[in-house]
Amino acid sequence: MNTINRSRRQFMKGAGALALGSMLPVSLVELAFAESSQNFSFAYISDAHIQHIKDNRFVRNWDRGLIRAVAETNLLVPKPDFVVFGGDLAQLGNKPELDHGAEIMSALQYKVHYVMGEHDYYLDLGEYWEKLFGPQYYSFDHKGVHFIVLNSILTYDEWTHNRWPTNEQRMLEMAMLDNPKGSPFMVGAEQLLWLKKDLSMIDNNTPIVVFSHSPLQKIFRGWNFWTEDAEQVQALLQSFNKVSVIYGHVHQVQYNQIGHISFNSVMATAWPWPYPPSYAHAEQYLPKLIVPMNRADPFFERDGTGWQLINLVNGNVDMEYLLYSNRGRSVRYHREANRPEDIDYPHETMRIPPQSHY
Amino acid sequence: MSHDQKKTRLLGFALLVLAATGSSRADEFTDADLQRWQKQFMSVVNKGRALWTDSGLGNNGVACVQCHPNAANTHPETYPKFQQQLGKVVPVWEMINWCIRNPLEGQPLAADDPKMTALQAYMTHERRGVKLEPGKH
Repeated sequence: MNTINRSRRQFMKGAGALALGSMLPVSLVELAFAESSQNFSFAYISDAHIQHIKDNRFVRNWDRGLIRAVAETNLLVPKPDFVVFGGDLAQLGNKPELDHGAEIMSALQYKVHYVMGEHDYYLDLGEYWEKLFGPQYYSFDHKGVHFIVLNSILTYDEWTHNRWPTNEQRMLEMAMLDNPKGSPFMVGAEQLLWLKKDLSMIDNNTPIVVFSHSPLQKIFRGWNFWTEDAEQVQALLQSFNKVSVIYGHVHQVQYNQIGHISFNSVMATAWPWPYPPSYAHAEQYLPKLIVPMNRADPFFERDGTGWQLINLVNGNVDMEYLLYSNRGRSVRYHREANRPEDIDYPHETMRIPPQSHY
Repeated sequence: MSHDQKKTRLLGFALLVLAATGSSRADEFTDADLQRWQKQFMSVVNKGRALWTDSGLGNNGVACVQCHPNAANTHPETYPKFQQQLGKVVPVWEMINWCIRNPLEGQPLAADDPKMTALQAYMTHERRGVKLEPGKH
């Protein structure tokens, strides 16, 4: 019953090859659901890591990833209702990076909702980012769905304040993913209170979609694929019947189901990351549901990167990964199994070598 | 026989004795030896980690660690292997140089550059215990 026209994927591949071709299909999405008011799509771009070199120079590779996502998103037909940027627009949170990233994003023809990433935050604790993009956490309603944006990359006050000689040093320490001197992400008491209050006004049958930068589940502490107070956030969300959490940070395909909460990750436009099990010396909890994405080939600069189109079908997330150098991936909510499922690689036997070799 | 000649003969005798008794002990490492060698190795591993996270290794500020936390997805245990894009079988240091030249937009290192040794020491240390699979993709 969940019939989404796969030609959209073919179209996007063509669009990538043609770079802004003029022939656009009229109908890319076909949804057949009774509660059509809850069916709509939005695009998700994340983890651009715009990196300043000096003067007017930026790392070309990361620039290209974001520019391409923006250009392709503008080609979508029908138009998505809005775009979300999932955090880490900058690499080291400075003005040149945030300004340059904001300028690239300004080419989007849609309303954009921004999520805070640690690379945007730890230089000035989000001050300049707020000037450009607005509050660090907020909620909004759209076509019967309640959307919540959290700043999930906060950490212990002792780590953030009075610990590092300079703000630049603090940023560098948090920017290094595998830094033993780093600190786990968290939503924090203030936002938990706000979230509780925000949710208290929402009916239990209203679909809830939460955007955060870090996974609101614990996967691998060593690389901060982790939110320290994830259980507390989950507890506030579990009383709702349909909850989806969409997160960035991990630069790879992930999904999971915990109770009523579906989890979906989004890709980076900048570079892909290895899966936690590829590091042999630390405990990790990669959800068993996940069919890994292909191991990226570094000779193809955009391999393992991309952006995604999300169809909100009766309040559940159907995630279409539009990957620049790979076959796309579709992870859709399976209504009988009550969990997200990869539609192309459901069984181990159907996987291809780069999905299993690290 | 002069005094000096006597001294030389005695020294020669002493060396002979050392050589004779020493040969039976040549492969008996002491704990102190092992610790010293491990310390030497780890000091190079640590230099490698410092280079791995150094935004100055290339020319554009990008560091190895950005894409390879804990040197993951470098799989040094699969080298030497055929690299399709290079058209030949290459040892891992050639791939390190490929990364320095391309994503890092920098200058390649000589094969025996101590920095290259350190980078390989760090990578392989992070993959310790993983079985060797040369040639594997």
